[in-house]
This record gives sequence, C-alpha cells and structure tokens, in this order.
Amino acid sequence: MNFLSDPRWSEAWGHLGDYLGSHVRVSLAAIALGLLVSLPLAIVARNRPVLRSLLLSLASIVQTVPGLALLALFYPLLLAAASLTLKWFGFGFSAFGFLPAVLALALYSMLPVLRNTVTGLRGIEPQVLEAAQGVGMTPLQSLVQVELPLALPVMMAGVRTAAVWVIGTATLSTPIGQTSLGNYIFAGLQTQNWVFVLFGCAAAALLALAVDQLLALLESGLKARSRLRTALGGAGIAALIAATLVPSLARTPANYVVGAKTFAEQYVLAALIGERLRDAGHSATTRAGLGSNVIFQALVNGDIDVYVDYSGTLWTNQFHHMGLKPRQQLLADLKAELARQDVTLLGELGFENAYALVMPKKRAEKYGIHSVSDLATIAPALSIAGDYEFFSRPEWTALRTAYGLNFREQRQMQPDFMYAAVASGEVDVIAGYTSDGLIAKYDLVTLSDPKAVIPPYDAVLLLAPKRAEDQALRDALRPLLGRIDIATMREANLRAAGGDGNASPDAVARWLWDKIQSKK
Amino acid sequence: MPDAALITFDHVAKSFDGGRGAKSVLAVDDVSLAVAAGEFLAIVGSSGSGKTTLLRLANRLIEADRGRITIDGEDVRAADPVSLRRRIGYVFQSGGLFPHMSVAANIGITPRLKGERESDIAARIDELLDLVRLDRNEFRDRFPHELSGGQRQRVGVARALAAKPKIVLMDEPFGALDPLTRDALGDDYRALHKKLGLTTVMITHDMTEAILLADRIAVMRGGRLLAQGTPPELAQSDDAYVVKLLRTPRRQAERLNALLPKGGT
Repeated sequence: MNFLSDPRWSEAWGHLGDYLGSHVRVSLAAIALGLLVSLPLAIVARNRPVLRSLLLSLASIVQTVPGLALLALFYPLLLAAASLTLKWFGFGFSAFGFLPAVLALALYSMLPVLRNTVTGLRGIEPQVLEAAQGVGMTPLQSLVQVELPLALPVMMAGVRTAAVWVIGTATLSTPIGQTSLGNYIFAGLQTQNWVFVLFGCAAAALLALAVDQLLALLESGLKARSRLRTALGGAGIAALIAATLVPSLARTPANYVVGAKTFAEQYVLAALIGERLRDAGHSATTRAGLGSNVIFQALVNGDIDVYVDYSGTLWTNQFHHMGLKPRQQLLADLKAELARQDVTLLGELGFENAYALVMPKKRAEKYGIHSVSDLATIAPALSIAGDYEFFSRPEWTALRTAYGLNFREQRQMQPDFMYAAVASGEVDVIAGYTSDGLIAKYDLVTLSDPKAVIPPYDAVLLLAPKRAEDQALRDALRPLLGRIDIATMREANLRAAGGDGNASPDAVARWLWDKIQSKK
Repeated sequence: MPDAALITFDHVAKSFDGGRGAKSVLAVDDVSLAVAAGEFLAIVGSSGSGKTTLLRLANRLIEADRGRITIDGEDVRAADPVSLRRRIGYVFQSGGLFPHMSVAANIGITPRLKGERESDIAARIDELLDLVRLDRNEFRDRFPHELSGGQRQRVGVARALAAKPKIVLMDEPFGALDPLTRDALGDDYRALHKKLGLTTVMITHDMTEAILLADRIAVMRGGRLLAQGTPPELAQSDDAYVVKLLRTPRRQAERLNALLPKGGT
C-alpha cells in the first residue's frame, strides 16, 4: 500500500479539528494565565532583589520538573483542593482535564516571561528613568509610557519562548484527561500507529511555529511602530484562535464519554464501546490515553461515563488489598466496594488480562514445563524479564514465596519488546499479559498457576455514579458482556499491533464486533 | 541677597548610604544659597562636589535630610513632587531623551502629562523647535538616535521649556559637545533665558563656561559651598580652591590675547 494512501492519514485528519481546537484552547488559556501572573510579579519584583531572586529560582525549579510529572502532580493536588472546597464552601470542581493542564502549563510558562520582563525592565538606562521622573511622570506613567515600551522587545522574546514551550508541553496533557495533539502521539505510541505519531508531532510543531512567527510579526510591528505589521500579527493570532475554536464550539457535546487507559487493548475496547453507543443512536466521544490512577477518579467524578478496568488492578491498586481471594469471591467483594463509591460494575467482558509467566512453546515442551511449579525446579538457571512495575508488585512476591521461584537474573523491559526478547532467547521467561496478541504471534505459552496466587484480572465494565440508573447505556453495552473470550481479545490485540491501515482502534473494534456477532 | 529669591536652600544637607558596611557619604553639607528671579546661576565643582545632588534636591529627584528648600516661597516638602517637577524644566546631561519617542513626542511630554489639548501641544512643539533653532518639518518626526549630540541637546532644552516653566535646572547640559556646538548652544540658551525671563541654575565643571554664561557663580567642593558671587566678586576670594579654579580661564584668556591678533575677525 502506498504510504500516503494509508487510511490512517484520513483518520488522523478527521480528529484534527477536535484535537487542535482543544490544544489551542488549553495552550492559550495557560499562556494568558501565565502572563497575567508573571507580568505583575516581574514588575513588582524588578526593584526588589530578594523577591526577584526568589521568584526566578522558584520558576527555574518548576522548569526542572519534567513536563509530564508536573502535569501529573496537578491532578491529585486539584483533587485534594476540590474536596476541600466541597467541604468548606459546598462546591467542588473537576480536577480532570482542562483545569490541571492549564495550571501546570501556566506554571511552566512563567520562567521565560518572568526572566525576560525583569531583564528588559532592568536593562533600561538609568538616565532614561531619571528623565521620566524629571519631566513629571508618576511611577505608573513612567512604567506604562517609558519602561514597558522600552522593555517590550525583550519581553516579547520571553512570551514567544513561553508560547512555544507551552504548545509543545501541552501534548503531555493527554494522560490527565485534556484532549490535545498529544492524543495522536500517545495513541500512536501505544498502538504502534506511526502515522498518528508523525501526524501529532508535525501538527504540534507547525502550530508552535505558526504562533511563534505571528508573535514575531507582532513584535517587529510594535518595535518599528508599524501599525500594519502589528495589525497583521494580531489578526493572524486572532484568526488562528477563531479557526480552532469555532468548530469545536459549534459542535454539540456528546452524550457519553468513554475512557481508555494508555495501552492498545484499552483503545480498541473504548472504540468498541463508542461504536455500540453510536449504533444505539447516542453520541459518544473517547477520552483516551488516561493514566491508570487518573481514570478511576475521572469515572467517580463523572468526567467520563464508562470504561473497562481489570478486577485485580482495582483490587490491589485502587482499594489497596494485599490478600487474594478466589475469582468469584473477589469479583463479588469488588462489586460491593465499588458500590460504596456509587460506581456500577456492569459485568465482565469474558476475558482476563492477567500477569502470567510466559515462555516459548517449544522450550516449554522440551523441558516438560506446564506450570509455574514445573518452572521452579529449573529457574535458578534461567533469566526472567518483566515490565517496569512487575517486580515490585504483590504478584511477584506471591509467586516467589508460593513456588520458591529463584531466577539467575531478572531484568526490566518495555512491554512491547519483552515478547520478542523471550522468543529470540534473549531471556528465558517473561512476565507477560495473558490477553496480549504477541503470545500467539511468537508461538509462546502461558504457564498455569496451580496454587492460584496471581489474582484474577477479569476485564469489567464500570459505569460512572451518574449513569447508575441509565437504562439506555446498560442496554447498549449488555451485548458485550461475556462475549469476548481470551482468544478473540488476543487476536484483536495482535491486529491492533499490526502497524498497518487495519490496525487503527476503530478498524479493530469493527472486526471485534463482527466476530462477536458471528459467534451468536 | 535679592529680596525676590525664587529658589532658596537653607542649611540643606544630604548624605548617601555608602552601601553595605561602608560609611555614609555627606554629599551636600549645610548649604545655604538663594537664586533670584531672572537670575542665571552656575554651580561649579569637580565630580563628587555635590553639585548635581544640590540641583536634584530642588525638584525632589532627591529628598533632603536636613534644612529647607523653597521654590517661589513654598517649601518643596509641602509640594507634590510630580506637579513640582512639571513646573520646573530640567535639562539632562546628554539629553536624556526617550529613545522610543519622536522629537515631537519628547518635547510635548510634560504638557501631555498635564493633560493639555493636543492642538495646543502641536503648536507649542513647532514654536519650541523654532526657538531652539531646529527645522520643524525636518526634525519633528525624527527619533533621538537619528540626531547629532547638539541636536539632541537642543531637543532636551525644548522639552524642558515645553510646559512654560519659570525655572530651568540644567545638569551639565553642554558637557559632552564639541567646542563649536557647545559655544553656539550656550549662546542660544543664554538668549532664550533672557527672552523668556527664565531663572536658570546650571551645573558645570567648566569655570570658563560658567563665567561666560552665568550672572553669578557658586563654587562647591566636598559637599560644601565655598564661595558665591559674580565673576568679579569671585576674583576677590581668598579661598585657595576658588583662586585655582579662576586661574585656568584667566591664563587661557591671557594666552589667547597674546596669540591671536587683536581686532581681526
């Protein structure tokens, strides 16, 4: 297939209005807020050395925090703030998406604006300041008529830097629920859709470049007192804002918001849910790429209406239980705990995405290994690889104590690369995911867990508190319950990892629905 | 002292903090001085003599520690410093023009701050350009960086006169100019001073310039006022420093007389 005729281009193009509009909105709000805070601070601090160095050091420290971490930090911070305002003033607010993104990005924009404003104002010749005083200007008149106009070129350079930083960093606001051009990048990375990654990067870069050039035009217009250039720059920015805002404002908000975490299976399932809702005559949008600690709170707060989670994840990560229970018992207890937060567990989809020890089928047969117990006898001669969190999770501790597992070497790996590594013999065993399509692709086998120490990870549909009584939603989703078995999900995941035109979540979701239908 | 004193300094003192740990410096030390209406007073001293500080105390660019300063009989401490400065013209060393404003905008700044009518201001700007002998059409829309040093200083003078002040304070206004320009500008200003009935206080380190332009001269050294009077009065002074200051112009005059043929133009 021709690279450019790849259907993913047109799919990417179809999202552009939504993603770009949201991206511009959040960037703009952040830059505006950043300027609103930084400019007065810089003006106040310009003649106060202690305050000045304090502010600049604080802003520098903020700058050293990685963008993703800064954005992620604002989520729990706002969540706590929202619960306080609810307690004290009787109102809460959404700590999801727009607000934390704007606050974190505004903070991120402060350093260049602060530094350049202070530098610009302090760079003015003392004779000029004296003259301003001498001709009878008040301090405010001196600031407005002399100091700010003279500092403007340096200040504008700071604003341009801030704008480019904010637009670039805004791509990282996807995991905290703010739609942005980062949606392309996060989805593309997870589903190996390089067309999306490329598209998202190019769109963000072009946007940053366009804004930078328009601000440069505005700056040169102001500097040369050219009304034409100032007007052109201003009009350009206004046009850009209007062009990105109008279409998204004109659109009516969707009835339902479907959440998805950051991996391919989640994208496919969210697409499937969205399609079911649309098929039933509702409108639905997807908030994909949400961090797994963010998504559950987003559901509780009603920022999303429905998503798929896994029983074991909820049990250990969300409710912090250490002990394990038999599958049905755990599901029942989980249902009760969720109900306490008014979250509805609608039902299981029919497959599990659990951790499992995985090795090549041929080697397992050769050594006669069928279960973890069998593996334990030869483990001291073998190496094992897991994802970044596996070796610190309770499952690993449980496995080691229950079976007396003791490997020669343990390594951490990017999940996508583990399967290839074990297939090629780079490592002997991996801690994989049972629903991963690569298990079939590389002819691997999952080892059974006869002592049942790995918790069950049944995929379950969760509904937001405000959707508890929503019969239409339940009706639209019920056909999915119990209908997706592990083999089907593995194949769907394998398709999603295919890296071609049929690998988009929407295409895989359609295939999955056909498969569900055909098995009736 | 003439009874119509427009500016008076009465036992005025000002010291500056010498910075971290350093001793404070007494810049103006118990100075008493009166400037009569219509008078042209030059304050002469080397750098660090306190002459610039004394000038700035008059329009409260600097606040006095002790003593009393009056303008037109009013204690400056009782006046609003901003409106005080709008009433007093101030010519800065090397112009002090606003680099982002045109010549016209620079000249019109004080009337504009006072909220005068734009049409009045425009007319006044043209009038002032004529007064300082700059072509209106050629210079009105130029920016300071497009002017020579002398032209810049002419604009500085025009700006100081824009709000029709009675008093003009000048801080080494002609110090950075070449001798020809300096001479021409000095003469032009002296004529303006007379024509407009101004009261002028000019700071200079050049005794020759002071003798040629001023009615009276005050000599400052180390923050103290050593002597004041007309040039002939100063010549009678027995203060060693004042004598030394007068020696240079006198010797120059004698040598010039000897070197240049008399009567020739």
